[in-house]
Parts: sequence; C-alpha cells; structure tokens
Amino acid sequence: MGMIEAILLTVITAATPLVIASLGELVTERSGVLNLGVEGMMVMGAAIAFAMTQVTGSPYLGLLAGIGGGALFSLLFGFLTLTLVANQVATGLALTILGLGISGQIGEPYVGVSGIKLPQIVVPVLSDIPFFGPVLFRQDLVFYLSITLVAGVSWFLFRSRTGLKMRAIGDNHASAHALGIHVIRTRYLAVMFGGACAGLAGAQLSLVYTPQWVENMSAGRGWIALALVVFASWRPWRVLAGGYLFGAVSISQLHAQAFGVGIPSQFLSALPYAATIVVLILISHNRRVTLINTPASLGKPFVPDR
Amino acid sequence: MKKLIFALATSAAVLGFTAATSAQDKTKVCFIYVGPKTDGGYSEAHDHGRQALEKALGDKVETAYLENVPEGPDAERAVERMARSGCALVFTTSFGFMDATIKVAQKFPDVKFEHATGFKSSENVGTYNARFYEGRYIQGVIAAKTSKAGVAGYIASFPIPEVVMGINAFMLGAQSVNPDFKVKIVWANTWADPGKEADAAKALADQGVDILTQHTDSTAPMQVAAERGIKAFGQASDMIAAGPQTQLTSIVDTWGNYYIKRTEAVIDGTWKSEQIWDGLKDGILEMAPYTNMPDDAKALAEETEAKIRSGELHPFTGPVKKQDGSDWLADGEVSDDGTLLGMNFYVAGIDDKLPD
Amino acid sequence: MRIELEKRAKPSMLLSILSPFLALGLTVIAGGIMFALLGKSPGMALYSFFVEPLLDVWSLHEIAIKATPLILIGAGLTVCYRSNNWNIGAEGQFIAGAIAGAIVPVLFHDWHSPLVLPLMLVFGMIGGALYAAIPAFLKAHMNTNEILTSLMLVYIAQLFLDWLVRGPWRSPDAYNFPVTRDFMPEAVLPEILASGRTNLGFVFALVAAAGLWFMMRYTLKGFEISVLGQSERAGRFAGFSSRRMIWFSMLVSGGLAGLAGVSEVSGVINKLQPIISPGYGFTAIIVAFLGRLNPLGVIAAGLVLALTYVGGEAVQLTLNISDKITRVFQGLLLFFVLSCDTLIQYRIRLVFSRIGRSSEGGAL
Repeated sequence: MGMIEAILLTVITAATPLVIASLGELVTERSGVLNLGVEGMMVMGAAIAFAMTQVTGSPYLGLLAGIGGGALFSLLFGFLTLTLVANQVATGLALTILGLGISGQIGEPYVGVSGIKLPQIVVPVLSDIPFFGPVLFRQDLVFYLSITLVAGVSWFLFRSRTGLKMRAIGDNHASAHALGIHVIRTRYLAVMFGGACAGLAGAQLSLVYTPQWVENMSAGRGWIALALVVFASWRPWRVLAGGYLFGAVSISQLHAQAFGVGIPSQFLSALPYAATIVVLILISHNRRVTLINTPASLGKPFVPDR
Repeated sequence: MKKLIFALATSAAVLGFTAATSAQDKTKVCFIYVGPKTDGGYSEAHDHGRQALEKALGDKVETAYLENVPEGPDAERAVERMARSGCALVFTTSFGFMDATIKVAQKFPDVKFEHATGFKSSENVGTYNARFYEGRYIQGVIAAKTSKAGVAGYIASFPIPEVVMGINAFMLGAQSVNPDFKVKIVWANTWADPGKEADAAKALADQGVDILTQHTDSTAPMQVAAERGIKAFGQASDMIAAGPQTQLTSIVDTWGNYYIKRTEAVIDGTWKSEQIWDGLKDGILEMAPYTNMPDDAKALAEETEAKIRSGELHPFTGPVKKQDGSDWLADGEVSDDGTLLGMNFYVAGIDDKLPD
Repeated sequence: MRIELEKRAKPSMLLSILSPFLALGLTVIAGGIMFALLGKSPGMALYSFFVEPLLDVWSLHEIAIKATPLILIGAGLTVCYRSNNWNIGAEGQFIAGAIAGAIVPVLFHDWHSPLVLPLMLVFGMIGGALYAAIPAFLKAHMNTNEILTSLMLVYIAQLFLDWLVRGPWRSPDAYNFPVTRDFMPEAVLPEILASGRTNLGFVFALVAAAGLWFMMRYTLKGFEISVLGQSERAGRFAGFSSRRMIWFSMLVSGGLAGLAGVSEVSGVINKLQPIISPGYGFTAIIVAFLGRLNPLGVIAAGLVLALTYVGGEAVQLTLNISDKITRVFQGLLLFFVLSCDTLIQYRIRLVFSRIGRSSEGGAL
C-alpha cells in the first residue's frame, strides 16, 4: 500500500465521525430545530458503545448501543425544547454538560482497558481494484454506513414525501401545521435521528478511531460537526465534502510537521479552522442561494394553537 | 420541609464533627490534579501515588483530592480550598498551578506545599520533579538498537522544557548507538486527545518510522503501532495491555515513594522546603519490563539503566553540540540541572524547529 | 397520556418569580435521589453544594470572582441573541481581549504609571471588539454565517495565544516555561474589599449589566434591538438597518468579552499563559439564556452558576463525589430551570385520553 492510500485512510477515519454527526444535525436543523448538544450526545455514544462492547464482547452490539444511547439521550433535549418549548440553544448546551458528566461516570470502570476494534469488512472483487480497493472497500461498517447515510438523507430530504414535509416544517412551521403536517412529531423524529447519528459517530471514536475510553474523548469534534452543517449550507453531500476537507487539512498538517517544514505547529494546527472559514466565505457570497437552503424557522419554538 | 431542614442541620453538625476529629489524629494530605484522576496518564499516575500513600501509612494519614482543575483562574481557588480544609501537606501536581501555590502558601504559613515541575519555591513551598529524561535516554538506546529504518517518530505535546529535554535525551541515547539516527517530531498540541494522537502516530508510520514514542497521555499511539506492526514506547504507566506485542518498555511514574517520604517528613516535623529532582535510583520512576526486542538490545538497555542508576552515566554528558552546530558540552562535561530544567534548544541531529 | 401547552393570555408575573425556586426545588429532589443512589448522604451533599458556600466569606468572594467573567460576557451576549446574531465565539473574544490588554504590561513592563490599568482595559475591550468584528464583517458584508466563523475563531485564538506565550512573549526569567512576565503591580486590578480577593472586575460586571439593562429598556437602541430581533422585515419598515445591528451587537458583546478577558488576566492570573479560561465564553451562553436574555437576570444566573462550580468543588472534597457527578448535577439544574420557565408563558395540561382535548387532566 502506497503512502497516498495510507494518508487517505487516515483522513477517512478522522472525517467519518464528523460527517455522521454533522449529517444527523443537518436533519435536525432541516426540521427547524437547533441542537447544540452534539458534543454531549457524541461523547455519550462513545461511552455507551465502549461499555456495551466490553460487557458483551461484541463491537456490533456496542455500535447499536451507541446509536440507541444517542437517540435516547436526545429525547431529553426533545422533551424540553419540543414539548416544553424551552430555549433550544441553552438546552443544547446543557445537554453537552450533562453528557460529559454522565459519560465520564459510565466510562469510569473502563479507563485504561484496551478496546475491541470493529472488524474490517472486505468487499469481494471491489477490494482488489488498485488504489480504490484498499481505500474504499476494506473499511469498517461505520464507513459504509456513513456513505449510505449521506445518500439516504439526500434522497429522503429532496425526493421523498416525508422529507418534503420535513423541510416544509423547517421553513415555516405555522403553515406546515395548517396543512395538517404533524410538526412536533416530525421534529421529535428528526431530533432522535440527530441523536442516533451523534451516538454512532461517538461509537466510531471508541470502536474504530481509537478503541479505548478516555473521558471527554470527543475533544470538540461535536462542535466541528455543528459548524460543518452551516458550512454545508444544509446539503448532505456538502457535509461529506466539508468533513473530508477538514479531515484532509488536519492530517496534512501532521505530515507537514513530520517532514519538518519549520512553521510553528500552532499555525499548522489552526489551518483546518482557517480553511473552513475561507471556504465558507467563498461559497456563501451568493446571498440568495444561502437563504434558500437555510431552514427559516431554525431555532424558533412552535406551539400548536387550537 | 421540616425534615429537610433537619437533615441539613444534622449533616452540618456531622460535617463539623468529622472535620474536627480528623484534624487531631490524622495528617491530611491533599492533591490537585489537572486532569481526571482516571486519565490513564499523568494525573492517574499521581493518583496511584496518593493511593500508595494511603496504603503505606494507613491510619496515620487521610487524603483528599480535586480532579480536573484547569490551569487557569480556577487554580488559586482550588489550592486555597485545600489549605482551608485542614490539609497539612498539599501536592499541586501540574506546572500551571505554580503561581497559585505560591500565592496561597503566603496566606497559610503553617501548611506545607509541594509543587510538581515548577521553579518557584518559598519557605513552605517545595518543588519536586522526576528525571524522566533518564528513561527517555534508555528508550533512545533501544530505538537505535532495534530500528531497521533508523528513524523513530516522536509525538510531542507542547514545547516546554520538559518535553524538549525528553526529545534531546532520546536523541542522545539513540546517537550513542547509531550516530546517524533520525527522529521525526509531530507536535499534537494536546496532552490528551486520543484521536489526534492516533492521527499523529499514523502520519509518522506512513512516513516510514518503525518505532514510536510519545509525550502525550493516551494509549492511542500504542494501538496504532500495534496495528501497523511497528514498535512503541509507553508513557507514564505500563501500557503493555494496549500493545502486548508492541511495547518495548515504558517510563512508569511512581510518585508514591516520594509522597510517602515527604508525608513522613511532615509527620516527624522534619519537612523543609527543598527543590527535589529524583531519578531512577530514587524510585520516582521505573522502566516497565523490556520486551519485544532482541536479547542484545535488552542487555544493552539493562546495562544502560544500571549505569544511570549507579551514577556512572549521565545522559547529558559531552561532547554534545547544539542543533545549530555550536558547542554545548565539552568532552566529559555534564550539564547542570538549571540548563536542563529550562531547556529550549535541540541537540545536533534533530530536524525540527522550536518556536521562539 | 400526553402533555399539551396552552398559551397564557399574558405571561404570569407570579410564576416568573416562582419558577427559579420551583426549579431549585426539583433539582434538590432529583439531586438528592442521585446522591442517595451513589451512597452519599443527600442532605450533606446538598448542604455543601448550595448552602455551605454561602455561609463563608471566602467562598462568597470566590463566587464573585468566578461569576465576574460569566456576567460580563453573558450580558453582552444578550444584545446579540435578542437581535438574532448568534455569536458563539465569546471564548475567542475573551482571549483576544486578554492578549490585547496584556500588550501594555508585557511589552512596557518598566512603565510604572497609573495610566497602565485604564489603558489595558481599553485595549482589552478594543481587542475583543476587533476580534468580534471579523464575524460581524463577514456576516454583514460577505453573508457568511456567524455561528461557524465565530466558533472557528475560538480555536484560532487559543492557538495564537499558545504560540505567543511559547514564542515571542515568553518571559525571560521563567526558565523557558510558557508564561509571560508577571504583570507589574500597576497592571493588576485592585481588590475592592479587605475581606477577600474580589477585584474591580466584579464592579465592571455589575455596571455593564445594569447599563445594558437600561439601554434595552429605556432607549431607542433597545427598541431597535428587540424589533430587529423579532422580525427583520418589521425592523426595515421602522427604518432600522439589520446590517448596522450586526455590527453593533457583535462589537458590544466582543468588547465586553474582551473586558472580561483582560480583567481575568489582570485581576486573577496576573500574566498570560496558554490556558486562561476554563470555557467562560461557552458557559456564558448558558448564563445569558438562564438570565432570560435580560442583563439583570444575567447577574443572577452568573452568580448561581458560579455557586454550582464552587459548591461542586466542595462536595468533591468533603464527600468524595467526583467532578463528573457535579457536572451531571449542573446539567440537571439547567434543565429544570429551562423547563420551569415554560410555565411563565404557558399552562401545562396533562391529557389522559386519546380523544379528549378537554379538561380531563390536571392543569398547572
């Protein structure tokens, strides 16, 4: 395997949790709900997935537990913001605090335990293609899921009836409600989808990326995922592009250091963040295009009147 | 509501009571950690030290700790809280607690403080540190002896003297075996972010290093090394579980011996402020078993360790040139501790550049 | 069973006062259960969490110190959030302010003059405001989303500070450790009371919050903020410019975050070092909302949150309760406060039957 393949593999592993968590948040936000608790849900997913894997010995059960745990945890956010119309920004941040605390408690017995890694799934025939084979078809389940999810969410949002309804809710919940669409129910599902994705992303951290549990191991990736939704202007394929761009810049700065380029490492470490800003400026200069994609009722509470 | 008030009142009484009795017959020793006490690295090693202290001195001591105290504005409050809660001896275990420790110590002249890895001391503030560079030198020797590529990868955290000193010691150890040995350095700019550490490890492995060493906390680099089939050194604790076929050895922080020694001094009334920098021979650090290497490498490692323990070998002994080619240590000259503790330059042979 | 909300004709005054206490009560119950499950005495835990810190002069000072940056930043953020400008990068503006303010004591450390401190504070505000001007400019003129830009700028500020204190601004007499020189005495914010270390920054926080409250309530600018916040269209009809409001709100909140930054390094840390904030800029977002986006409410919210930090350390020490539990407890408190505030605007109805919308359930 050549160096480029190896670097690509590293980039994919680093980008996959960002893409998945970001995709979940994208769906949540498309329904008009802003959940800033991605970091908290992600770290919960990581802890639960790791614990379940240790208890059962199966990383697949761990993965499932991470997804379920993330979804359940997001219900708490849903109950507060959808049923009790509490402020979404504050509730999301509180969710992060809570998630960091609970996950630390769940993970405590597993500190220093060497984890079980999610096995590789080699796709027959395709994996023998030179270059692309090793990079794309000798991956773990989470990677395949991430690509499927991007395609699935894209289809769902822009091709399915339910997706259309969901976008209608995100754009104007009052008129969607008037048309008889179940605003709150749909939003609950969207929030849970976001939680499940964040949980899956967290599970990737503790089962694939670095099979171990360390307190606060998401280390800010949930925030990056949040930023990527905006970066992608709420379009699924752009989430994939954004995640991979961020991952690629992060990894190449490490390679630049190992080569010895002589630039202070702090500046290199700042590159992914600066690059994200610059690219966003370039793609958002067209005000109308941005406005079309931004869910207009994002973050606004909805109470059905009767 | 009445019940609640009653509960509060009784618990307050209980609280006051326990505080009063414990102050009389037990010596309270307190610790402040920068990370969670189960970080698997630096803070956990200190907490093991605390547990060793409890075990060794039993009823004579009582310990308490605060974990996850950030090295910012919260430090002073944490230190003062310790001093106020009846601690006789307070260990502040991270560099960033230095000024807070000094400030609080002025207000509490009867409480003894010991600050790890700093350079400020006073009447009732001592400092302590371990000569980790001794272990890093041995790692360098092993690396040069076992590496086929002749290049090791070094995952560094932040450019502080402690880390720079470690890199230099590693390089000097390696050069003692193979003068052309190379080290590739990646600054992760974090102490503990497993993902980033793993990325750095992968980048280094992709660039052809066949030995990894780290000055960050998690076992992620060890796991990557195991996956890639290369060797690695552990950090702060024995990380053999993360790489049974991978770990060559590890520097194990054993602060416990030191904590016991100093607590006994407080109990005896013989404690005084000192600047202590203990090494392998004092038991403040140990090398995990030498494994996964050929016998000659193991023999050389053991021999090097023995020489360092006996004082026959000091890792920083001339002739040593600085990175820019200027002379640092003449033949046979041993570096003074001051230069090491403030080390801000590389020795010859290292390609990286330090910020200045 | 399901829960339905019914909007009140007008917000309930009574509940807007009672709701924080209700939330506190619920937190005490939930927290008590949690502590009991952990095998700790709930009474003792709650006592040392909430009560003990309030009985001791020392910890009162500590609460004030901890609350100072939270109130300063949180008060500024209310202007942003009320006008729909989502500045979540106050942490970066805090750092920028600290760096700008430190220019004076770091570069001119031999200058002993009473002008030092005022100059630092002004620099700090300018630094924070300038750093907030980046997302403001990008939003107002380049149409770039401020949530992303302000957040990314936090990481950049942290790394820049890191480089600064390890490189050009490193103290010549700190053995190459990553700290700047200690500030000279003229550069340190004075303590205001003989009984403890609360410094002038706390006064700034109270004054800033009170000033913003006055502005929001009694001035045209305040009216402009709320009109534009509710509807950009309505604001335009009233002749308000949302672009100008972006600049105004970002500069105000950035300036106050910068002031918080310089106050913290001047009054508490007395130098620059790689880590100067335990996430104040993010915690302050919660403070802003807990204070119901009212600057006076922010004062109360900042003090309460500070109490939970100080109390959290107390239970860690006295009862050996881990700091994770403290965070869970904080999270619970926030959840209860946020949900109880619902009662101010709405009546909550429990509906038991599937068909019935009628009054089968109990209403609160």
